[in-house]
Amino acid sequence: MRRAAKIAVGVAFGLLAWQALVTLAGLPPYILPGPGRVLTTLWTSRALIAEHALTTAAEVLIGLAIGAVLGGASAILMAAAPLARTLLRPMLVFSQAIPVFALAPILTLWLGYGLWSKIAMALLIIYFPVTSAFFDALMRTPGDWLGLARVMGARPARALWHIRIPAALPGFASGLRLAAVYAPIGAIIGEWVGASRGLGYLMLLANGRARIDLMFAALLVLAAFTLTLHALVDRGCRALARRQG
Amino acid sequence: MSAAPALHLSGTARIGGTIVFGPVSLEAPAGQWTCLLGPSGAGKSTILRLFAGLAGEVALEGTAEASDGAPLAGRVALMAQDDLLMPWLSALENVTLGARLRGLRPDRDRARAVLARVGLDGHAAKRPDALSGGQRQRVALARTLMEERPVVLLDEPFSALDARTRAGMQDLSAELLSGRTVLHVTHDPAEAARLGQRVLILTEAGLSAIAPPECAPPRPIDAAATLALQGRLHRRLMEA
Repeated sequence: MRRAAKIAVGVAFGLLAWQALVTLAGLPPYILPGPGRVLTTLWTSRALIAEHALTTAAEVLIGLAIGAVLGGASAILMAAAPLARTLLRPMLVFSQAIPVFALAPILTLWLGYGLWSKIAMALLIIYFPVTSAFFDALMRTPGDWLGLARVMGARPARALWHIRIPAALPGFASGLRLAAVYAPIGAIIGEWVGASRGLGYLMLLANGRARIDLMFAALLVLAAFTLTLHALVDRGCRALARRQG
Repeated sequence: MSAAPALHLSGTARIGGTIVFGPVSLEAPAGQWTCLLGPSGAGKSTILRLFAGLAGEVALEGTAEASDGAPLAGRVALMAQDDLLMPWLSALENVTLGARLRGLRPDRDRARAVLARVGLDGHAAKRPDALSGGQRQRVALARTLMEERPVVLLDEPFSALDARTRAGMQDLSAELLSGRTVLHVTHDPAEAARLGQRVLILTEAGLSAIAPPECAPPRPIDAAATLALQGRLHRRLMEA
């Protein structure tokens, strides 16, 4: 309850500062509309915004799910097999070295204007943080635990399954928390480059038609969605940590 | 559980060219409790790691083996200063970890019985963070007993405990591990005086044995013979 009150106070302060900026600086609505105007648009265009938000949400959630599975599997593979480490590590670094923005047109060319090019963008942007956070944690298992496992007669695969993976789950969780914030960025970039649906597309469309209030309304929904997603992932990770002890 | 073999180590150990200890010749008699006392850095833990098969970085010129000539792998259990309990597992699951690591079905009934023997009835479902330091070491002892290994290596397992808990753990361990070949590394002369059926001191000068009193361990903390041995051991450590 206290947390909710704090959030409410923060939001109210933000809206107040926003309105004050508009009023004091005398900004016209086509540069920065006030919060009242944006909230009104949010309400009157709710069906339109919801339709596009659903598309973006689907891209983000599917990208996040695939990224979590793929990143988790890659990290485990790299931790288990030195050969996989040698092969995958340069690719992992390479995937970070290329700006994802630069890949967006290519992905759109390959995967089309639909959902999949955006999912691929989200996936590309979250694969590295998820994999590297989990992999680092897998490589940091206390040596004494592994020594104990060896004295107990554990084969490496079983030590991995019973000790290294559970011990590394907090690292996986911090990767997923980052991913929850990054995934929407990927999806929006994808939509900017080429789409006919989604909040990113809607924002470009609104911008082109000088509907700045609609742009901001879409932005608000996107921010709210990202925060909610982060909070849910965070809660899920906490539940996992508690179950784990 | 197979018959407990004696442990024998002789030779010189180096890590990256630097001598850790040696040349020494160490004998831990079968079925007896041997205390290995010495200052930090004398190489006590290295000796344990050699017997445990965990000393990959150590080059031993010599041998570390069981008296029966059979490999030690699979016949050794380890208990360290850190309880090495997995924080995400309950006490019961920690006790049965070995079986799961070997891909066997854990014997939960026996694990419950072993937990009861170390005085942790009713704590089976608790996680390590819900247990006291002494209770966690009891779980570690139960896990060691569960392994049913004839050789038990102890690496200062009681040194982080308070005096009362430590004495309790010493009594319990002496009772439950009797009949096994125990090699117990410690830097505490009082502990060696209470528990050792054979007491060895490892210093830079080498390894020497000190005859303990006749009475069987665990010896009373305040018996004259125990205190006298403790004093002698302490002096030897100071002089080394």
